[in-house]
Amino acid sequence: MIAIVDYKAGNLASVKKAFDHVGHEAAITADPAAISRADKIVLPGVGNFEATTALAGALQEAVVDAIRRRVPLLGICLGMQWMFDSSREAPQLRGLGLFAGECEKFPAAVKSPHVGWNQLQVAGASRLLHRLPQDSFVYFTHSYRAPVVEATVGKCEYGGAFSAVVESGQVFGVQFHPEKSGTAGLQLLRNFCEL
Amino acid sequence: MLTKRIIACLDVDAGRVVKGVQFSDLRDAGDPAELALTHGRAGADEVVLLDISATYQNRATLLDVVRRTARQLFIPFTVGGGIRSLDDAAAVFDAGADKVTVNSAALADPTLIGRIARRYGSQAVIVAIDALRVGNGNGLHFGVKATGGRHATGRDAVRWASEAEQCGAGEILLTSIDRDGMRDGFDCELTRAVVNAVNIPVIASGGAGAAQHFIDVFRDGLADAALAASIFHLGITPIGELKEELQTAGIPMRWPC
Repeated sequence: MIAIVDYKAGNLASVKKAFDHVGHEAAITADPAAISRADKIVLPGVGNFEATTALAGALQEAVVDAIRRRVPLLGICLGMQWMFDSSREAPQLRGLGLFAGECEKFPAAVKSPHVGWNQLQVAGASRLLHRLPQDSFVYFTHSYRAPVVEATVGKCEYGGAFSAVVESGQVFGVQFHPEKSGTAGLQLLRNFCEL
Repeated sequence: MLTKRIIACLDVDAGRVVKGVQFSDLRDAGDPAELALTHGRAGADEVVLLDISATYQNRATLLDVVRRTARQLFIPFTVGGGIRSLDDAAAVFDAGADKVTVNSAALADPTLIGRIARRYGSQAVIVAIDALRVGNGNGLHFGVKATGGRHATGRDAVRWASEAEQCGAGEILLTSIDRDGMRDGFDCELTRAVVNAVNIPVIASGGAGAAQHFIDVFRDGLADAALAASIFHLGITPIGELKEELQTAGIPMRWPC
Protein backbone atom coordinates (compact mmCIF):
# COMPACT_ATOMS: atom_id res chain seq x y z
CA MET A 1 0.00 0.00 0.00
CA ILE A 2 1.18 3.51 -0.91
CA ALA A 3 0.49 6.10 1.77
CA ILE A 4 -0.28 9.60 0.49
CA VAL A 5 0.46 11.89 3.43
CA ASP A 6 -2.37 14.33 4.09
CA TYR A 7 -1.16 17.45 5.88
CA LYS A 8 -3.95 19.73 4.62
CA ALA A 9 -1.82 21.30 1.89
CA GLY A 10 -4.09 21.20 -1.12
CA ASN A 11 -6.15 18.58 -2.83
CA LEU A 12 -4.64 15.10 -2.87
CA ALA A 13 -7.44 13.30 -4.72
CA SER A 14 -5.77 13.69 -8.12
CA VAL A 15 -2.58 12.02 -6.83
CA LYS A 16 -4.60 9.06 -5.60
CA LYS A 17 -6.53 8.85 -8.89
CA ALA A 18 -3.28 8.71 -10.86
CA PHE A 19 -2.04 5.79 -8.73
CA ASP A 20 -5.41 4.07 -9.22
CA HIS A 21 -4.97 4.55 -12.95
CA VAL A 22 -1.54 2.90 -13.05
CA GLY A 23 -2.99 0.05 -11.00
CA HIS A 24 -1.47 0.56 -7.54
CA GLU A 25 -3.45 0.88 -4.38
CA ALA A 26 -2.91 4.16 -2.56
CA ALA A 27 -4.59 5.69 0.48
CA ILE A 28 -4.72 9.28 1.65
CA THR A 29 -3.87 9.32 5.34
CA ALA A 30 -2.86 11.58 8.22
CA ASP A 31 -2.27 8.64 10.55
CA PRO A 32 1.40 8.14 11.51
CA ALA A 33 0.74 4.42 12.12
CA ALA A 34 -0.58 3.98 8.55
CA ILE A 35 2.50 5.78 7.23
CA SER A 36 4.75 3.47 9.25
CA ARG A 37 3.02 0.43 7.73
CA ALA A 38 3.21 1.69 4.11
CA ASP A 39 5.38 0.07 1.42
CA LYS A 40 5.88 3.46 -0.17
CA ILE A 41 5.18 7.03 0.88
CA VAL A 42 4.12 10.03 -1.17
CA LEU A 43 4.40 13.56 0.18
CA PRO A 44 2.35 15.81 -2.08
CA GLY A 45 1.37 19.36 -1.27
CA VAL A 46 0.97 22.80 -2.75
CA GLY A 47 1.04 26.27 -1.33
CA ASN A 48 3.22 28.05 1.19
CA PHE A 49 6.25 26.36 2.81
CA GLU A 50 4.59 27.21 6.14
CA ALA A 51 2.05 24.45 5.44
CA THR A 52 4.82 21.96 6.25
CA THR A 53 4.53 22.90 9.95
CA ALA A 54 1.55 20.51 9.93
CA LEU A 55 4.07 17.70 9.39
CA ALA A 56 6.07 18.52 12.52
CA GLY A 57 5.83 15.89 15.23
CA ALA A 58 4.46 12.38 14.71
CA LEU A 59 4.04 12.64 10.91
CA GLN A 60 7.61 13.82 10.41
CA GLU A 61 8.90 11.11 12.76
CA ALA A 62 7.02 8.44 10.81
CA VAL A 63 8.46 9.73 7.52
CA VAL A 64 12.02 10.00 8.86
CA ASP A 65 11.82 6.53 10.35
CA ALA A 66 10.55 5.14 7.01
CA ILE A 67 13.49 6.76 5.19
CA ARG A 68 15.83 5.05 7.67
CA ARG A 69 14.15 1.72 6.81
CA ARG A 70 14.71 2.51 3.10
CA VAL A 71 11.00 2.75 2.32
CA PRO A 72 10.73 4.63 -1.02
CA LEU A 73 9.58 8.22 -0.54
CA LEU A 74 8.35 10.55 -3.27
CA GLY A 75 7.95 14.27 -2.57
CA ILE A 76 5.82 16.24 -5.03
CA CYS A 77 6.04 20.05 -5.41
CA LEU A 78 5.99 21.44 -1.85
CA GLY A 79 6.70 17.90 -0.63
CA MET A 80 9.96 17.98 -2.59
CA GLN A 81 10.91 21.44 -1.32
CA TRP A 82 10.43 20.22 2.24
CA MET A 83 13.22 17.67 1.56
CA PHE A 84 15.72 20.54 1.25
CA ASP A 85 17.28 22.46 4.16
CA SER A 86 14.90 25.41 4.06
CA SER A 87 12.97 27.89 1.92
CA ARG A 88 13.08 31.69 1.75
CA GLU A 89 9.29 31.47 1.73
CA ALA A 90 9.31 30.69 5.47
CA PRO A 91 12.92 31.21 6.62
CA GLN A 92 12.11 30.48 10.26
CA LEU A 93 11.31 26.83 9.42
CA ARG A 94 13.60 23.92 8.67
CA GLY A 95 13.04 21.31 6.00
CA LEU A 96 14.09 17.69 6.29
CA GLY A 97 17.60 18.52 5.08
CA LEU A 98 17.85 15.39 2.90
CA PHE A 99 19.16 17.63 0.13
CA ALA A 100 21.44 20.59 0.78
CA GLY A 101 20.32 24.10 -0.11
CA GLU A 102 17.58 26.63 0.21
CA CYS A 103 14.52 27.08 -2.01
CA GLU A 104 14.19 30.58 -3.38
CA LYS A 105 11.98 32.80 -5.55
CA PHE A 106 12.31 33.07 -9.30
CA PRO A 107 14.29 36.10 -10.50
CA ALA A 108 12.20 39.21 -11.26
CA ALA A 109 12.96 38.86 -14.98
CA VAL A 110 10.44 36.02 -15.34
CA LYS A 111 6.79 35.87 -14.45
CA SER A 112 6.02 34.11 -11.17
CA PRO A 113 4.45 31.66 -10.46
CA HIS A 114 5.94 29.36 -13.08
CA VAL A 115 2.75 27.80 -14.44
CA GLY A 116 2.45 25.45 -17.36
CA TRP A 117 4.25 22.80 -19.35
CA ASN A 118 8.02 22.96 -19.41
CA GLN A 119 10.70 20.52 -20.49
CA LEU A 120 12.54 18.09 -18.29
CA GLN A 121 16.27 17.79 -18.97
CA VAL A 122 17.44 14.44 -17.73
CA ALA A 123 20.74 15.20 -16.02
CA GLY A 124 21.85 11.89 -14.52
CA ALA A 125 21.13 8.22 -14.08
CA SER A 126 17.68 7.85 -12.53
CA ARG A 127 15.35 5.01 -11.69
CA LEU A 128 12.44 7.40 -11.34
CA LEU A 129 12.94 8.74 -14.87
CA HIS A 130 13.29 5.31 -16.46
CA ARG A 131 11.77 5.35 -19.99
CA LEU A 132 11.07 9.08 -19.88
CA PRO A 133 12.38 10.64 -23.10
CA GLN A 134 14.80 13.58 -22.86
CA ASP A 135 12.91 16.93 -22.93
CA SER A 136 9.57 15.40 -21.92
CA PHE A 137 6.93 18.03 -21.19
CA VAL A 138 5.67 18.10 -17.61
CA TYR A 139 3.28 20.40 -15.74
CA PHE A 140 4.61 22.87 -13.18
CA THR A 141 2.91 25.34 -10.87
CA HIS A 142 5.12 26.94 -8.21
CA SER A 143 6.54 30.27 -6.99
CA TYR A 144 9.69 28.96 -5.28
CA ARG A 145 12.29 26.63 -6.69
CA ALA A 146 14.96 24.30 -5.39
CA PRO A 147 18.60 24.73 -6.43
CA VAL A 148 20.47 22.29 -8.65
CA VAL A 149 22.37 19.96 -6.31
CA GLU A 150 24.43 16.80 -6.55
CA ALA A 151 21.27 14.66 -6.32
CA THR A 152 19.59 16.53 -9.21
CA VAL A 153 18.76 14.05 -11.96
CA GLY A 154 16.30 16.26 -13.84
CA LYS A 155 16.64 19.98 -14.47
CA CYS A 156 14.28 22.62 -15.82
CA GLU A 157 15.04 26.08 -17.24
CA TYR A 158 12.99 29.07 -16.20
CA GLY A 159 14.95 32.19 -15.32
CA GLY A 160 17.92 29.84 -14.86
CA ALA A 161 18.17 26.15 -14.07
CA PHE A 162 16.49 24.59 -11.05
CA SER A 163 15.91 21.10 -9.70
CA ALA A 164 12.93 19.39 -11.32
CA VAL A 165 13.84 15.91 -10.06
CA VAL A 166 16.12 14.88 -7.19
CA GLU A 167 17.00 11.30 -6.37
CA SER A 168 19.22 9.79 -3.72
CA GLY A 169 18.89 6.14 -2.73
CA GLN A 170 15.21 5.56 -1.99
CA VAL A 171 14.37 9.27 -1.66
CA PHE A 172 12.85 11.01 -4.68
CA GLY A 173 11.47 14.47 -5.25
CA VAL A 174 9.74 16.11 -8.21
CA GLN A 175 8.91 19.79 -8.51
CA PHE A 176 6.28 19.27 -11.21
CA HIS A 177 2.99 17.37 -10.89
CA PRO A 178 3.35 13.86 -12.35
CA GLU A 179 -0.37 13.28 -11.71
CA LYS A 180 -1.10 16.16 -14.13
CA SER A 181 1.68 15.59 -16.67
CA GLY A 182 -0.02 13.26 -19.11
CA THR A 183 1.73 10.06 -20.20
CA ALA A 184 5.20 11.19 -19.03
CA GLY A 185 3.86 11.77 -15.52
CA LEU A 186 2.03 8.45 -15.39
CA GLN A 187 5.22 6.66 -16.52
CA LEU A 188 7.11 8.31 -13.64
CA LEU A 189 4.47 7.19 -11.13
CA ARG A 190 4.60 3.68 -12.57
CA ASN A 191 8.39 3.71 -12.13
CA PHE A 192 7.94 4.72 -8.49
CA CYS A 193 5.39 1.96 -7.94
CA GLU A 194 7.75 -0.63 -9.42
CA LEU A 195 10.77 0.29 -7.25
CA MET B 1 11.19 26.32 -22.44
CA LEU B 2 7.86 27.16 -20.84
CA THR B 3 5.26 26.67 -23.56
CA LYS B 4 2.17 28.68 -24.34
CA ARG B 5 -0.90 26.68 -23.39
CA ILE B 6 -3.84 25.70 -25.56
CA ILE B 7 -6.89 25.13 -23.39
CA ALA B 8 -10.02 23.34 -24.54
CA CYS B 9 -13.18 24.63 -22.89
CA LEU B 10 -16.40 22.70 -22.54
CA ASP B 11 -19.50 24.78 -21.85
CA VAL B 12 -21.84 22.46 -20.00
CA ASP B 13 -25.58 22.75 -19.43
CA ALA B 14 -27.52 20.00 -17.64
CA GLY B 15 -24.71 17.50 -18.19
CA ARG B 16 -24.23 18.15 -21.92
CA VAL B 17 -21.67 20.23 -23.79
CA VAL B 18 -23.24 23.21 -25.54
CA LYS B 19 -21.84 26.15 -27.40
CA GLY B 20 -23.43 29.51 -27.95
CA VAL B 21 -22.68 32.67 -29.84
CA GLN B 22 -22.15 35.75 -27.67
CA PHE B 23 -23.39 33.90 -24.58
CA SER B 24 -26.67 32.64 -26.12
CA ASP B 25 -28.08 30.45 -28.97
CA LEU B 26 -26.99 27.10 -27.56
CA ARG B 27 -26.32 23.91 -29.51
CA ASP B 28 -25.67 20.38 -28.20
CA ALA B 29 -22.11 19.14 -28.80
CA GLY B 30 -21.79 15.94 -26.76
CA ASP B 31 -20.81 14.27 -23.48
CA PRO B 32 -18.36 16.37 -21.43
CA ALA B 33 -16.30 13.50 -19.96
CA GLU B 34 -15.85 11.92 -23.39
CA LEU B 35 -14.99 15.21 -25.07
CA ALA B 36 -12.52 16.13 -22.33
CA LEU B 37 -10.65 12.89 -22.91
CA THR B 38 -10.73 13.33 -26.68
CA HIS B 39 -9.27 16.83 -26.34
CA GLY B 40 -6.62 15.63 -23.90
CA ARG B 41 -5.51 12.89 -26.29
CA ALA B 42 -5.55 15.31 -29.22
CA GLY B 43 -3.03 17.56 -27.45
CA ALA B 44 -4.98 20.05 -25.31
CA ASP B 45 -2.72 21.30 -22.50
CA GLU B 46 -5.64 21.71 -20.12
CA VAL B 47 -9.38 21.24 -20.05
CA VAL B 48 -11.85 23.71 -18.58
CA LEU B 49 -15.42 22.74 -17.86
CA LEU B 50 -17.81 25.65 -17.41
CA ASP B 51 -21.27 25.07 -15.99
CA ILE B 52 -23.06 27.78 -17.93
CA SER B 53 -26.50 27.36 -16.39
CA ALA B 54 -25.16 26.80 -12.87
CA THR B 55 -28.55 26.19 -11.37
CA TYR B 56 -29.02 24.46 -8.07
CA GLN B 57 -30.95 21.56 -9.72
CA ASN B 58 -28.07 20.87 -12.12
CA ARG B 59 -25.39 20.82 -9.42
CA ALA B 60 -25.49 17.08 -8.73
CA THR B 61 -25.36 16.39 -12.48
CA LEU B 62 -22.34 18.66 -12.81
CA LEU B 63 -20.47 17.01 -9.94
CA ASP B 64 -21.09 13.63 -11.54
CA VAL B 65 -19.67 14.91 -14.83
CA VAL B 66 -16.62 16.29 -12.97
CA ARG B 67 -16.07 12.92 -11.26
CA ARG B 68 -16.35 10.97 -14.52
CA THR B 69 -14.00 13.38 -16.29
CA ALA B 70 -11.37 13.50 -13.53
CA ARG B 71 -11.10 9.72 -13.35
CA GLN B 72 -9.50 9.53 -16.80
CA LEU B 73 -7.90 12.93 -17.33
CA PHE B 74 -4.28 13.38 -16.25
CA ILE B 75 -3.72 16.94 -17.35
CA PRO B 76 -4.84 20.04 -15.44
CA PHE B 77 -8.61 20.14 -15.12
CA THR B 78 -10.51 23.30 -14.19
CA VAL B 79 -14.17 23.63 -13.29
CA GLY B 80 -16.15 26.86 -13.13
CA GLY B 81 -19.62 28.34 -13.20
CA GLY B 82 -21.85 28.84 -10.22
CA ILE B 83 -19.12 28.65 -7.57
CA ARG B 84 -20.49 30.99 -4.96
CA SER B 85 -18.82 29.83 -1.77
CA LEU B 86 -15.88 27.91 -0.33
CA ASP B 87 -18.26 24.95 0.06
CA ASP B 88 -19.17 25.05 -3.66
CA ALA B 89 -15.45 25.08 -4.49
CA ALA B 90 -14.75 22.24 -2.05
CA ALA B 91 -17.45 20.07 -3.68
CA VAL B 92 -15.85 20.58 -7.09
CA PHE B 93 -12.32 19.88 -5.76
CA ASP B 94 -13.60 16.76 -3.99
CA ALA B 95 -15.10 15.60 -7.29
CA GLY B 96 -11.65 15.83 -8.87
CA ALA B 97 -11.04 19.34 -10.21
CA ASP B 98 -7.51 20.78 -9.91
CA LYS B 99 -8.56 24.40 -10.21
CA VAL B 100 -11.80 26.37 -10.00
CA THR B 101 -12.83 29.57 -11.68
CA VAL B 102 -14.79 32.15 -9.75
CA ASN B 103 -16.53 35.06 -11.40
CA SER B 104 -19.73 36.74 -10.18
CA ALA B 105 -19.37 35.61 -6.57
CA ALA B 106 -15.83 37.02 -6.43
CA LEU B 107 -17.12 40.31 -7.81
CA ALA B 108 -19.72 40.41 -5.06
CA ASP B 109 -17.23 39.38 -2.39
CA PRO B 110 -13.54 39.41 -3.38
CA THR B 111 -12.56 37.72 -0.08
CA LEU B 112 -13.88 34.46 -1.60
CA ILE B 113 -10.69 34.35 -3.73
CA GLY B 114 -8.45 34.39 -0.66
CA ARG B 115 -10.57 31.90 1.25
CA ILE B 116 -10.30 29.32 -1.54
CA ALA B 117 -6.59 30.13 -2.06
CA ARG B 118 -5.75 29.63 1.61
CA ARG B 119 -7.31 26.18 1.61
CA TYR B 120 -6.30 24.89 -1.84
CA GLY B 121 -3.43 27.18 -2.84
CA SER B 122 -3.43 30.15 -5.22
CA GLN B 123 -2.57 27.87 -8.14
CA ALA B 124 -6.05 26.38 -7.74
CA VAL B 125 -7.96 29.67 -8.05
CA ILE B 126 -8.63 31.27 -11.41
CA VAL B 127 -10.58 34.50 -11.47
CA ALA B 128 -12.72 34.62 -14.61
CA ILE B 129 -13.41 38.08 -15.96
CA ASP B 130 -16.00 38.75 -18.66
CA ALA B 131 -14.95 42.03 -20.25
CA LEU B 132 -16.70 44.31 -22.66
CA ARG B 133 -15.28 47.20 -24.72
CA VAL B 134 -16.58 50.60 -23.73
CA GLY B 135 -15.88 53.71 -25.83
CA ASN B 136 -13.07 53.92 -28.37
CA GLY B 137 -9.83 55.66 -29.26
CA ASN B 138 -8.29 57.30 -26.22
CA GLY B 139 -11.52 56.76 -24.30
CA LEU B 140 -11.43 52.97 -24.78
CA HIS B 141 -11.64 50.93 -21.62
CA PHE B 142 -12.92 47.52 -20.64
CA GLY B 143 -15.90 47.05 -18.38
CA VAL B 144 -16.63 43.95 -16.33
CA LYS B 145 -19.94 42.12 -16.54
CA ALA B 146 -21.32 39.63 -14.04
CA THR B 147 -23.72 36.67 -14.18
CA GLY B 148 -22.76 35.31 -17.58
CA GLY B 149 -22.37 38.71 -19.19
CA ARG B 150 -25.83 39.89 -18.20
CA HIS B 151 -25.13 42.58 -15.61
CA ALA B 152 -22.80 45.55 -15.68
CA THR B 153 -20.70 45.92 -12.53
CA GLY B 154 -19.21 49.38 -12.96
CA ARG B 155 -15.77 47.82 -12.58
CA ASP B 156 -12.80 48.19 -14.89
CA ALA B 157 -11.39 44.85 -16.12
CA VAL B 158 -7.73 45.84 -15.83
CA ARG B 159 -8.12 47.14 -12.27
CA TRP B 160 -10.25 44.16 -11.25
CA ALA B 161 -7.62 41.72 -12.58
CA SER B 162 -4.99 43.46 -10.49
CA GLU B 163 -7.21 43.42 -7.40
CA ALA B 164 -7.96 39.73 -7.94
CA GLU B 165 -4.21 39.03 -8.03
CA GLN B 166 -3.78 40.89 -4.72
CA CYS B 167 -6.62 38.78 -3.27
CA GLY B 168 -4.77 35.57 -4.10
CA ALA B 169 -5.81 34.58 -7.63
CA GLY B 170 -3.32 32.27 -9.35
CA GLU B 171 -4.44 32.98 -12.90
CA ILE B 172 -6.86 35.21 -14.79
CA LEU B 173 -9.27 33.80 -17.37
CA LEU B 174 -10.11 36.80 -19.50
CA THR B 175 -13.08 36.51 -21.86
CA SER B 176 -13.98 39.14 -24.39
CA ILE B 177 -17.78 39.28 -24.56
CA ASP B 178 -17.49 41.19 -27.84
CA ARG B 179 -15.59 38.34 -29.46
CA ASP B 180 -17.17 35.31 -27.75
CA GLY B 181 -18.31 32.80 -30.36
CA MET B 182 -17.57 35.15 -33.26
CA ARG B 183 -14.46 33.27 -34.47
CA ASP B 184 -12.93 36.52 -35.71
CA GLY B 185 -9.93 36.68 -33.38
CA PHE B 186 -9.15 37.31 -29.71
CA ASP B 187 -9.24 40.83 -28.32
CA CYS B 188 -5.47 41.39 -28.22
CA GLU B 189 -5.76 44.94 -26.87
CA LEU B 190 -7.81 43.76 -23.90
CA THR B 191 -5.47 40.83 -23.27
CA ARG B 192 -2.32 42.94 -23.43
CA ALA B 193 -3.79 45.56 -21.07
CA VAL B 194 -4.49 42.90 -18.44
CA VAL B 195 -1.19 41.02 -18.96
CA ASN B 196 0.72 44.25 -18.39
CA ALA B 197 -1.18 44.94 -15.17
CA VAL B 198 -0.63 41.61 -13.42
CA ASN B 199 2.23 39.20 -12.73
CA ILE B 200 0.17 36.00 -12.89
CA PRO B 201 -0.67 34.03 -16.05
CA VAL B 202 -3.49 35.34 -18.22
CA ILE B 203 -5.64 33.00 -20.29
CA ALA B 204 -7.21 34.75 -23.28
CA SER B 205 -10.67 33.64 -24.31
CA GLY B 206 -13.33 34.58 -26.82
CA GLY B 207 -12.93 34.81 -30.58
CA ALA B 208 -10.73 31.86 -31.57
CA GLY B 209 -11.44 30.92 -35.17
CA ALA B 210 -8.10 30.22 -36.87
CA ALA B 211 -4.44 29.50 -36.07
CA GLN B 212 -3.49 33.08 -36.87
CA HIS B 213 -5.76 34.29 -34.04
CA PHE B 214 -3.72 32.26 -31.55
CA ILE B 215 -0.43 33.54 -33.00
CA ASP B 216 -1.77 37.09 -32.62
CA VAL B 217 -2.93 36.69 -29.04
CA PHE B 218 0.38 35.13 -27.96
CA ARG B 219 2.55 37.67 -29.86
CA ASP B 220 0.54 40.89 -29.66
CA GLY B 221 -1.74 40.06 -26.76
CA LEU B 222 1.15 38.58 -24.70
CA ALA B 223 -1.21 35.88 -23.41
CA ASP B 224 0.22 32.93 -21.48
CA ALA B 225 -2.55 30.63 -22.61
CA ALA B 226 -5.46 30.73 -25.02
CA LEU B 227 -8.80 29.05 -24.55
CA ALA B 228 -11.27 27.97 -27.18
CA ALA B 229 -14.41 25.90 -27.28
CA SER B 230 -16.38 25.50 -30.50
CA ILE B 231 -13.46 25.27 -32.93
CA PHE B 232 -12.20 22.23 -31.06
CA HIS B 233 -15.31 20.24 -30.30
CA LEU B 234 -17.05 20.94 -33.54
CA GLY B 235 -13.89 19.54 -35.13
CA ILE B 236 -13.22 22.69 -37.14
CA THR B 237 -9.56 22.87 -36.07
CA PRO B 238 -7.82 19.73 -34.80
CA ILE B 239 -5.65 20.73 -31.81
CA GLY B 240 -2.62 18.89 -33.19
CA GLU B 241 -2.70 20.78 -36.47
CA LEU B 242 -3.15 24.05 -34.62
CA LYS B 243 -0.15 23.36 -32.39
CA GLU B 244 1.99 22.39 -35.34
CA GLU B 245 1.14 25.61 -37.11
CA LEU B 246 1.90 27.67 -34.01
CA GLN B 247 5.18 25.87 -33.50
CA THR B 248 6.17 26.57 -37.11
CA ALA B 249 5.40 30.23 -36.44
CA GLY B 250 7.87 30.18 -33.53
CA ILE B 251 5.42 29.97 -30.62
CA PRO B 252 6.70 27.47 -28.03
CA MET B 253 4.23 24.60 -27.87
CA ARG B 254 3.99 21.28 -26.05
CA TRP B 255 4.06 19.32 -29.26
CA PRO B 256 4.36 16.47 -30.05
CA CYS B 257 2.96 15.28 -26.76
